[in-house]
Parts: sequence; structure tokens; C-alpha cells
Amino acid sequence: MDYVVEMCNITKEFPGIIANDNITLQLKKGEIHALLGENGAGKSTLMSVLFGLYRPEKGSIKINGEVVHIKDPNDANHHGIGMVHQHFQLVHNFTVLENIVLGVEDTDHGFLSMKKARKKVEELSKKYHLNVDIDAYISNITVGMQQRVEILKMLYRDNDILIFDEPTAVLTPQEITELMKIMKGFANEGKSILFITHKLNEIKEVADRCTVLRKGKYIGTIDVSKASKEEMSEMMVGRKIDLHLNKTVSNPKETVLEVKDLIVEKKGHKNAINNVSFNVREGEIVCIAGIDGNGQSELVYALTGIMPITSGEVILKGEAISKTKIRKRNTAGLGHIPEDRHRYGLILDFPLSYNLVLQRYFEQNFSKTGFLKFKNIKEYSDKLIKKYDIRSGQGAKTIARSMSGGNQQKAIIARELDRNPDCLIAVQPTRGLDVGAIQYIHHQIIEARDNGKAVLLVSLELDEVMELSDRILVIYEGELVGELNPKETSEQELGLYMSGSKRGVVS
Amino acid sequence: MKKLIKNENILGFASSLIAVIIGLLFGAIIIYIANPNVAFKGLSTLIQGGFKTGAKGIGQTLFNATPIIMTGLSVGFAFKTGLFNIGTPGQFVMGAFAAIYVGVKWTFLPSSIHWLVAILAAMIAGGIWAIIPGLMKAYLNTNEVIVCIIMNYIGMYTVNYLIPLSGNVYNSMKNQTSYLPSSAIIPDFGLNNLFPGANGGIIFAVIFVIIVHIILNKTTFGYELKACGFNKDASKYAGINDKKNIVLAMVIAGCLAGIGGALVYQSGAGKCLSVVDELAAEGFNGIPVALLGLSNPLGVLVAGLFIAHLNVGGFNMQIYGFIPEIVSIITSCIIYFSAFSMLIRLFLSSKSRGHKKEIVPIETEPVNEGGSV
Repeated sequence: MDYVVEMCNITKEFPGIIANDNITLQLKKGEIHALLGENGAGKSTLMSVLFGLYRPEKGSIKINGEVVHIKDPNDANHHGIGMVHQHFQLVHNFTVLENIVLGVEDTDHGFLSMKKARKKVEELSKKYHLNVDIDAYISNITVGMQQRVEILKMLYRDNDILIFDEPTAVLTPQEITELMKIMKGFANEGKSILFITHKLNEIKEVADRCTVLRKGKYIGTIDVSKASKEEMSEMMVGRKIDLHLNKTVSNPKETVLEVKDLIVEKKGHKNAINNVSFNVREGEIVCIAGIDGNGQSELVYALTGIMPITSGEVILKGEAISKTKIRKRNTAGLGHIPEDRHRYGLILDFPLSYNLVLQRYFEQNFSKTGFLKFKNIKEYSDKLIKKYDIRSGQGAKTIARSMSGGNQQKAIIARELDRNPDCLIAVQPTRGLDVGAIQYIHHQIIEARDNGKAVLLVSLELDEVMELSDRILVIYEGELVGELNPKETSEQELGLYMSGSKRGVVS
Repeated sequence: MKKLIKNENILGFASSLIAVIIGLLFGAIIIYIANPNVAFKGLSTLIQGGFKTGAKGIGQTLFNATPIIMTGLSVGFAFKTGLFNIGTPGQFVMGAFAAIYVGVKWTFLPSSIHWLVAILAAMIAGGIWAIIPGLMKAYLNTNEVIVCIIMNYIGMYTVNYLIPLSGNVYNSMKNQTSYLPSSAIIPDFGLNNLFPGANGGIIFAVIFVIIVHIILNKTTFGYELKACGFNKDASKYAGINDKKNIVLAMVIAGCLAGIGGALVYQSGAGKCLSVVDELAAEGFNGIPVALLGLSNPLGVLVAGLFIAHLNVGGFNMQIYGFIPEIVSIITSCIIYFSAFSMLIRLFLSSKSRGHKKEIVPIETEPVNEGGSV
């Protein structure tokens, strides 16, 4: 069997870590080959090696049976390799066409000549049903469209080895279905696709074969049609994972958090949050679902006090807190697991113990007449570290920066849950974490609910929304456009609300 | 060695030490170029610093160290809160003038507290001079560096304007301030007998080093200040009032620099504030002291003593015919290189990480995948 791409025994080291340890990957012509692994498993590094962004310490790369040295992305292009990055590489104030030709422009006596390019792009767009308006500015088109522009970029350069780095992370379910169709079309035409992901459903749907990496090491390559999801997740994580949550039916009681006609203005734009009203009761998990950038962040900032509100009311346990200071809101029973754990959640240069008391260092137990009680802080930290299984190199005195993302998140969750808040606002609590950590955090959130807490969950992951929530509120362009019951709805229906094509009534 | 490097404090000390050695080597080259014949003698004089002339030399070192420890504390304290207090020359000179004014004019005070009140006046003046950049930074988001630089000039010209207007504070013959009465001189606590030239100022400097150390490391206030310095957003999330902390941090930094002014001019060494259009060098010298001391109060103490030691050594070099300008160049070069300690620290810690390659602890954050994509 001939391979289009063979990466043999690739080893790539970074200071202090081996990102790829003797990894072999073989890509057949016309196949969709998934690359599966947790965060930090070395998937992106391996693809960056293939795309010429990193040079490996050991190993060789063969394209169509010949050994090649890929020094930079131009070289990769030359060999027919194209890549859609997780974060798109587009110039926002250029048009679609300008972005596509950028770097390989045709010129006529030193002047740009777009005629030929325009024709080619139009043909490609038609042929693959990409439906992109090629004269639109990037800043005016949706993320899904931007991704298609990236795909067109590869096609325009006649690439036939296509790398997709977590392409579905930013898309709605409908867009994902479309993308899958497009990818299958490419494969039928004889193009070969490498597809990086950690979502098993997608692999099951499109991929022919799947290579699994774990902690920089090669675990194996399997035939997707012959393997179950459980088997794949076990290969990925290294132990058996129960993919199902045991969640009892919720039993909501008193209203804890009430939001009335909330409006948050954004300078120069329309309102980031427009007339939003909802409530969260004791013992239920209410989830705000929506595509990134539809006002979720602003809503949370307004509730927690990081951003001022323009009008409306936020009521916590019967008391208006719309104008209350952040410290007061926190002590009044609001817990907040922030979206960005590095920007808001932790002070990375502080030791773990200091971070664990970030919301309560001023309490009597931890300070006296302005002096910190180091002994109590240490004892409390050790207690949390044990209770929530936070792993770190040197225990309580570990600098937070040196901890892994999963353990950093565990620290935040420990801190917020242990304060015993009446209302917990958790924003993307599992972003960027591996399956094991996700499972742990989901269990903690359900436990908080079962203990009678009101939980407001903001998530972009549909799986998480469907599994965790007792009630789903869909946000679209700063407005709540639907209230759904996770048991009665489907991801497809949810997607229609999220993309604004369907609207319902929110009670 | 690997284990040693792991320890943050030792890492800091080692990097400062290496920086100093590189600086001294560079200084040696300049000395050689300037005057090859007596280069060795010159260099050894420089390195011996205050020790060359025994107790008297040590006294000089302590006297020289006092103001730069104070301004170094000021800059370092602000650094810890994420602020760059480049306004120390202004705060220093305002403090100096306030101390001299109270020292000359308020002779009605009992001599036991006269000098103390003068120091307090300097502290307040320095604090006032720093509250303006602090307020502007906190509430108008103006860059504190720019405001501080402007305040330096306003401070210098204000003092130059006020001295001649202040009656008997002004010595018009010498165009400088008058000598202070003995009640305004800081007691020397017997130090002068031990090391001639030294006075009580250094004791106050050490006391403030300890106070700042305690504020930063033992109190909730220091916890909040450092939290704001490291991560403003997370501090806000935790409900810490960052605006209040910015203002307070600047005021405290200004107080420290202002006290530095008092400690120099109330030393009884006969030093007077001249009416010249020149920013106070003691103010700016706080910046290298803070850098060399890695903004750590105890580090600032050591760095201040070290730089004073070099200054005295440089002064002594003139015996061998090195002109003052060359001496200044040499000491500046050493200080300049010393400020590279941060760079060396980075280098050392990356080295120590490199050695651990085979054993990657599971806690280590995996290299950001596709970081450079």
C-alpha cells in the first residue's frame, strides 16, 4: 500500500518536555485520517512538524514515498500540504478574495491582477458547494464562513493533503454537518485529510482510520469502523472512562438568582445584552447555550460585577445586587468559576495556597488585624488539596503557573465550591481539559446541585449542555431566544436556536 | 547546583551575583583602557571600596547607601504592585525641602522630637508628590511613568522657587539652603564613633527595609498589592479594590523616597540643598538598586550597600589619577550590567529546566500545542 504522507519516528522536544516521542503516522491517499488525543498529547505539535512550523529532532517525513525536508510552510505548500488552523489566519479588513490570494498573488507588471484568481476561486467555491461571497470582508462574515475561506485558501493553492486542526470547535451542529459533507467530498476526489480532534462522535462519522496519541507517545492506529467509542476513549486516556453521567432528576425549589430586563451596553455596538430576564432556582442547573461571542461573557461579567450594567436588575436571594461591589457579591453567596482561568481565575505567580484563599484571605480565619495567618492558610490549603485531589509539585507552596491546566481548574473549583455559595456561575468549566478532568468537574457540579445550590452554567460544548443541564436557555446576539428541556430537544434543534434561525418564547 | 537553582531566592541571589561579576569585568576593561599603568591598583581600589580606608570608609559607604536604599525601596515597592515609580527624584527633593524647612523654621519644637517631625514632613511631602501620578493612573488610566517624569521637573523647579522665598532657610551667599540647627539633626546612636561619617540615617533605612518587608510579605494589604501587581483582572475578580491599591502603593513609594531626602539632609554631614536645575541623582539611582535587589526589600538593602561601596571605591580611585568622569563611567557600567540580573535569572532557570528533560513531572503544563502557529 502506498502512502501519501509518512511521518516516521518523529521526535520533537521542547525545553523540559518531549512533545512527540517516536511517533509514526501514515496517511493513505483519499482517506480521512483522524488524529485523536487529549490536550497536550502532541497532536498539534506533530501537525506543525508536518507543516514546517517546527523541525523535529529525530525522524523523517516522506511525501509520496520520497524523503523531504520541510523547512517552512512555503515548503509544505510546495509539497501540496495545506492546513486550516484552529485560530484562523485571516486579515480581517481584507476581502475573502484578497485573503485567498495573499502570498501567491498574480501580478501584471508589478500591479495586482485579480482576474484569474477571481475566476479560479469562483469555480472552486461552486464545485465544492462552499457558497462563499468572495467580495465580503472577513470581519463581516460568520466564523463558519471564515473557515470555508481557509479551506478555499488550501484549494486555491492546489493542495491535496489537507490538515484540519480542531475545525469543529467553533461551529454550530448544522455547520459541523456541512463541514463533514465537504470533507467527505474531498476524500472522494482523492484528496487526503488529516483531522485533529478529541471528539469521538466526529471521528465515528467521517474518519476511515484513527491514530491515537497520549502524552506525546504513539498509542496505535485503528480502523474506525471496527472500534467502539469506549475503546477509543480508553486508548486516548489510558484507562476506562465512564462516558455517562449518573444524574438524578432535578428538584428545584426557591429562586436564588433572578435577572430582570438586563441591558448591558457596548460602546459603538448594539447592546451586548439586550433585555434578558431569567431565574435560577435551588437545586437546578440552568445552562446558557450559544455560539461564542453572543453575549455570554458580558452576561457573566454583569452578574458578577466585573462589568457595569446599563439597566435592569440582578437579584440574589431577594436582594438587588445590580450595583453592589464584587467583594460584597462574593460574600453574599455568589461563586464564580471564570471563563479565563489565567486572566481571572488565578494569580499565576502566587503559590497555590494564596490562590486558594483569594476570595477569603480577609476573613477572620485567615487574617488578624491586617496580618495574614500563615498557619491557617496552609492548613486550609492542605485540606482543599486533599479533598479535591489537586495535584502539584510542592503542595500548597507550588507556584500556580507551574501546575497543569486541569489542576489549575481544580484549584479554582475547590476554592469556589468550598466557599459554599448559594449560586454558582460556572463559565466553560471544562474548557481545554482532558476527559478525566472533565468527568471529575461534571460530578462536582452535579453534587453542588444536589446539595441545593443554584448553578448557572455557560458552555459552548453542546455535549456538556445536553448532559449537565436541567434547563437550557439559548442566547443569540445578546438575547435569550429559547428555553428548552434537554430531555425533549436534540442537538440539531438546539443548533437552530443557536444560529438564530429559530426563536421561541422565554418564560 | 540543579537543586540550588530550583530555590527562588538562591536563584535570585546567584543571578545578581553573576551580573555584578560581569559588570566588574567590564569595569576592569574600561580601567585598563583609561590608564593601563595603574589599572590593577585602580581596580583593586574600586573593589575594596569603603574598606580601603577602614572604619572611616565604611562610614562613608553607609552614608552613601542611605538615600539610595530609600529610593530603591520606593521603586522596588512600586514594582511589586506593577507600577514603575520613576518619580523618585521629585519625591526625594520635595522630601528634602520639607525636612530642611521644618528643620530650620520649626525650632520651637523640643529638640527630642524636632528631627522626627522633620522626617515626618519629608514623608508627607514625598507622599503628596506621588499621590498625583497614583490618582491619575487609577482613575484616568494615565501612564504613571509620564506623570512621574513631569512631577520630577515640577518638583525640582518648585523647590528651586521656594528656597529663596523661605527667608532664613535660604543661604543666598552660596545659593543653597542654610545649615540645620542641631535639634533637627538625626541622632547618630553612637554610630559616628564606630564608623566616622556614618549617622542614624542608615538605621532608619534598615528599619524601613524591615517595615516594607513585613508589609509586603506578612499583611493582607501586601497580599492585595502583590495580587494587583501580578494580575489586575484576577484581583478585580476577587473583589480587591485595585484603584485604591494603586493610589496607596504610589503614596507609600513616595513616602519612602521623601524620607530618603530627609535622611540625607538631616544627617549632620553639612550637606545642603543647592538651587540647581538638575534632578536629584539619588532618586534615579533607586532604579538600579531596585533592579539589582530584584525589588525585594532585603535585596534592596544589599544592593544599596553594594552600589555605595562602589561609589566610595570610585572616589578613592582618583588618587591614582583617574578623573571623576572615568570613575563615573566605570561605576555606571557596573550598575548597568548589574541590571541585567533579570536576564541572567531567566537564563539560569531555563538552564535548570533543560536538565530535567528526562523526567517530566506530570504537573508540568504541557508545552502549548501549536503555540507558534
